[in-house]
Amino acid sequence: MSPRVGVVLFPGSNCEQDAVEAIRDLGGDAEILWHGDASIGDVDAVIVPGGFAHGDYLRPGAIARFSPIMGAVTNFAQAGGAVVGICNGFQVLTEAGLLPGALQKNRGLKFLCTTVSLRVVSTDSVLTSEAAIGQELRIPINHFEGNYTCSPQTLAELQAENRIVLRYVDNPNGSVDDIAGICSSGRNVVGLMPHPERACSELLGSTDGRPLLHSLLVAARLPA
Amino acid sequence: MVFTVHVDVQLRPGIADPQGSTIERSLPTLGFVGVEEVRVGKSIRFRIEARDEATAQAHVEDLCQRFLTNPVIEDASIELKVDVGARA
Repeated sequence: MSPRVGVVLFPGSNCEQDAVEAIRDLGGDAEILWHGDASIGDVDAVIVPGGFAHGDYLRPGAIARFSPIMGAVTNFAQAGGAVVGICNGFQVLTEAGLLPGALQKNRGLKFLCTTVSLRVVSTDSVLTSEAAIGQELRIPINHFEGNYTCSPQTLAELQAENRIVLRYVDNPNGSVDDIAGICSSGRNVVGLMPHPERACSELLGSTDGRPLLHSLLVAARLPA
Repeated sequence: MVFTVHVDVQLRPGIADPQGSTIERSLPTLGFVGVEEVRVGKSIRFRIEARDEATAQAHVEDLCQRFLTNPVIEDASIELKVDVGARA
């Protein structure tokens, strides 16, 4: 049976269909989960996609965190379930306390819409297990608030526990320690600003997102 | 009792403020010199009903901590006054 990935749809999400398409193209099952439902059903993994959940009012992710589905997502993550937040989804996961730190406005105050090179730093996470350490991936970014920041203490922890999973080769937004993606201490929750779901087809310019989402499907097959 | 509340949300000291620095850099081109340490924040106003001032203060602090600010990057200062116009 194909692993089932639930993709959360908030009012203002706009990358959910890309995520669904990419997962299906990789041989997984995908379904949309409405943010107003308090359950995620029996999915094997969850993607919190990009966009502008609840209009990004107050702060990106600040209101999405209170959507009924977030309780179920939190329980799933705490039980070891694989949860990936992409772009706005990363912001939602930090606001929800599932990942440490915060995403600030980009250094230079520019909205960035381009393709960047990422380096795989750790393969010990649900999003990078099928990639190789040191591998370079060309993946699009599309954000205004992607400048990752955290306390020096948290940064030291992330480094010591090998929880920085992806770094920018050429830091586009001012993120501390070139961080593009991190994972939770359980390594089952990953947040990243770049969009692997948009790099899954030659037609779209890159297939480098495939090993990442393939990793998620591998994790989804394993019981949480 | 009803209180009027003004919450001033600011980036914490040491957190880069690209909006503030952009404003600061553009001021000299308009002839404003000597302006330093520009920081941009948010101003949030509301009214709240509570038994007394201490209770209202505690509620607002909780609200700031859990919702109005992201404590990783932001601080809030709270101004709280009895709303004299409100009916008792």
